[in-house]
Amino acid sequence: MSGRGISKQTTMAEAVGQLVRDGDTVAIEGFTHLICFAAGHEIIRQRKRDLTLARMTPDVIYDQMIGAGVARKLIFSWLGNPGVGSLHAVRRRIEQADPEPLEIEEYSHFGMVCRYVAGASNLPFFPIRSYYESDIPSVNPNIKPMASPYDDGTEVYVVPPLRPDVTIVHAQRATVTGDTQIWGLLGCQKEAAFAAERVIVVCEEVVDEAVIRRDPNRTAIPGFVVDAVVEQPFACHPSYAQGYYDRDNAFYLEWERISKDPEALERWLKEWVHGLEGHAEYVARMGQRWEGLRAGERLSGEVNYGDYS
Amino acid sequence: MTTRDGRDAPVSQDGYTKNEMMIAASARTLAGERVCFVGVGLPNIVCNLAQRTVSPELQLVYEAGVFGARPERLPLSIGDPTLVSGSTAVTSMFELFAFYLQAGLIDAAFLGGAQIDRFGNLNTTVIGDYAAPKVRLPGSGGACEIAIHARRILVIMRQAKRSFVEDLDFRTSPGHSGDPAHDRARGWFGSGPTSVVTDLATFGFDEETGEMTLLTVHPGVTIDDVRANMGWDPRLSGSLDETPPPTEDELRLIRTQLDPQGMYTS
Repeated sequence: MSGRGISKQTTMAEAVGQLVRDGDTVAIEGFTHLICFAAGHEIIRQRKRDLTLARMTPDVIYDQMIGAGVARKLIFSWLGNPGVGSLHAVRRRIEQADPEPLEIEEYSHFGMVCRYVAGASNLPFFPIRSYYESDIPSVNPNIKPMASPYDDGTEVYVVPPLRPDVTIVHAQRATVTGDTQIWGLLGCQKEAAFAAERVIVVCEEVVDEAVIRRDPNRTAIPGFVVDAVVEQPFACHPSYAQGYYDRDNAFYLEWERISKDPEALERWLKEWVHGLEGHAEYVARMGQRWEGLRAGERLSGEVNYGDYS
Repeated sequence: MTTRDGRDAPVSQDGYTKNEMMIAASARTLAGERVCFVGVGLPNIVCNLAQRTVSPELQLVYEAGVFGARPERLPLSIGDPTLVSGSTAVTSMFELFAFYLQAGLIDAAFLGGAQIDRFGNLNTTVIGDYAAPKVRLPGSGGACEIAIHARRILVIMRQAKRSFVEDLDFRTSPGHSGDPAHDRARGWFGSGPTSVVTDLATFGFDEETGEMTLLTVHPGVTIDDVRANMGWDPRLSGSLDETPPPTEDELRLIRTQLDPQGMYTS
C-alpha cells in the first residue's frame, strides 16, 4: 500500500483486545446498514465485562452481546428487532433482571444523534425541539428543558454529549491508515467516530490511498481520528454492506426464536461465537447462505472533480 | 414465509383481508400529500400504495436518512438497501431529523403504538411501571419528534381494548392535549393526529376538542364491534358511514407489487 502514514491495519482480535477495555462505553453504530456484528462477536469471544453499550438501535447485535453478559448498561433510542419484534435477551434483563439487571438510559433518535454531534463538536449540550409533553424526560434526568437565551420565548430540551471510549464503525473501504469511505445509509457513524476517544474501522476492503483520493466527497472519516483498521469481509452479517451483500432478513426472523429461549441463545453463542476462532470461520460456516445475499450491480455515474495541475 | 396462495389467512366473503382493508383506507388519507415520513411494516405498504394511487407525487422519506425513495421490493426494515438505490437523496440522520423534520418540511407521518388514548397520545415505551415493566416496548425511536413536527400524524393500529385505552401507561409521543387553546399555543409545526385507521374502522379528531371521533366502520363491522374493542365510548361523527371497501386496483397493487408474499397483508 502506498501512503505516507504508518499502517494501523491489524486483526479484529488485536484491535478489540487492545482498544476495548472492561468498563468502557462502546458504540458500535450503523443504522440497519453497516452494523459490525463481527466486532460484537469478538467482544463476546474475549469476554469483556461491565461495558456500557451505546447505539441508537441496539438491534440483534446488542441482544447477542447483552445476552452474552458483556454489558451492565445500555444507552439507546429504539430497542427492537427491526420489522420483526423484540430483543428478548435485553427484555429479560430489563423486565426480570434475568440473569442480572441492566441499567438503561433512553432518548429519542434525534436526541441520540445530537448527543454524538455534541460529543464530536466539543459542546456541553445540544438543544433540540423534542420531548415536549412526553414522559421521556421524566425517566431520564439527562434530558433537560431550557429557555432560549435570546428571550424569544422558545423552550428547547438539551441533551448531553456522548463521548464513547471506543466507537467501532464498519465501512465499505478504508486505507491502512484509516481513511474511510461509506456509501448507502450513513446513520450517525461519522458523528460517533469523531465523538470517540478511540476509533476502530472495520472494512470490506482495504484500498490504496489513490482510490480514496479519486473520490474525496465519499470520505466519512479521515484516518487521523482512527486508531485501528481491520479488513474483515462480510463482517456485518446479518446486517449488510450496500453494494457488497444484502441484509439477511431471514436471520433477523430466525433470531426471534433463538433470542426468546435462553438455552437456544446459549447454544447459538457457543456454536457461532465462542466455538469459532474468528469471523473468517463464521463466513465459511455460512456456506450456501451467501448465495441468496448477493448485491447485484448498480454503479453510480462518475463526476468530474477537475484537473487543476 | 407462506406464499399468498398457501396462506390460511381469513379472507372475508368479499375477497379481501382485514389488513388489506386497513391499508387501502389508510392510503386514501394520504391524498394530496407531498412529503411523507414512512414507518416500517404496514405504513410502508400504505405509503407505497398511496404513491401508486391517490398521491403519485408523494415523496417517501425514511428516518434512516433517505429522501425520495423508490423501493423496488417491500423492505422488512426501514433501513433496507432498496431504499437507497435509485433514491433522490441519502442524508445523515442528523440532517434528516434537523433539516427535514425539525424544520417543518414533512407533511404527513405514520405512527402506531402499543397504546393510544382518546386524544391520540401514543405509548411505545412500556406496559406497566417504567422502573419495573410488565412489557418493555421499543421506546421512541423518532416517534416523539415526529409527533411534534410532522404537519399531521396518521395512525394505523389494530384495534383492541388493551391498546385503545383511557389512560396510557407512558406517554412517548404527544397527541392532542384535550385543551384546544393549549394546543393552538404550542407553536409546533405539527397539528397532531388527524386520522386513525384500524382493522375495524376509521377515526378523525374533533377540531374543537381534539377527541378521536368515529368516522366510518369497515364493511361487515358494527358500531358495537368498534365499541367492544376500545377502552372508552367514542364520539360518533354526525355523518357516520361505511368505509368504502378496497377497490380491485388497490387489491391488485397490494397483492402483485407491494406484498406479494402476504407478509403484512394476510
